[in-house]
Amino acid sequence: MAERLEILYFAWVRERIGLDGETIDHPGEGARISDLIALLAQRGEGYAAAFAEPARLRAAIDQKFVPLDAPLGSAREVAIFPPVTGG
Amino acid sequence: MIAVSVQTGDFDPGREQAALEASGGGAVASFTGLVRGEGGLVQLHLDHYPAMTQKQLEALAEEASERWSLLGVRIIHRVGPLTPGDRIVFVATAARHRQAALESCAFLIDWLKTSAPFWKRERFADGRTGWVEARDEDDAQAARWKTGGE
Repeated sequence: MAERLEILYFAWVRERIGLDGETIDHPGEGARISDLIALLAQRGEGYAAAFAEPARLRAAIDQKFVPLDAPLGSAREVAIFPPVTGG
Repeated sequence: MIAVSVQTGDFDPGREQAALEASGGGAVASFTGLVRGEGGLVQLHLDHYPAMTQKQLEALAEEASERWSLLGVRIIHRVGPLTPGDRIVFVATAARHRQAALESCAFLIDWLKTSAPFWKRERFADGRTGWVEARDEDDAQAARWKTGGE
């Protein structure tokens, strides 16, 4: 059975996609976050809108911030979101 | 002592500060962030990444604690719906002397803004809503602590 990957969306990424998150087949250890984003962007209009400008996206693997060119490795959870605005 | 809370409810800055005063040092510095009611803002909603927020804030507190040899750190960040004038964030640090307390408090609030997974959504009196955009100035403020900020 293929490995599964949990994906979480936050802020306007979540709103445009219309989901808090979803579980997909793991695209492979060598795939980068940017590859995952390109893959997800093909899933529909909301996804395409959310992922239209990768420069406006940030990501975390297993709850740690990573650059978009980071390989997924053995990630179990990937989160995709806009730059943070707390404080 | 490091204590981090991510909560929907309000907090009492005076009580939090008094608790840190018992750390045994000579200095406590604190920062309280409030929701500004500019431009007809009626609500600010704080979204966050629950599994990551607490860990990330604790890691920041640990880093400050080591760098300035702190005696105590308290961070409180609220999430959910807030209105103008509400307290949103509290950072306080206890140290032996004032410089360490003041600098570490500034470091924590600068870093918290750029490296903790929170997102703000604004709602205005005329019905407009929108996500707050990250500001380059905030990145610059955080970056200054990387290059000989001490």
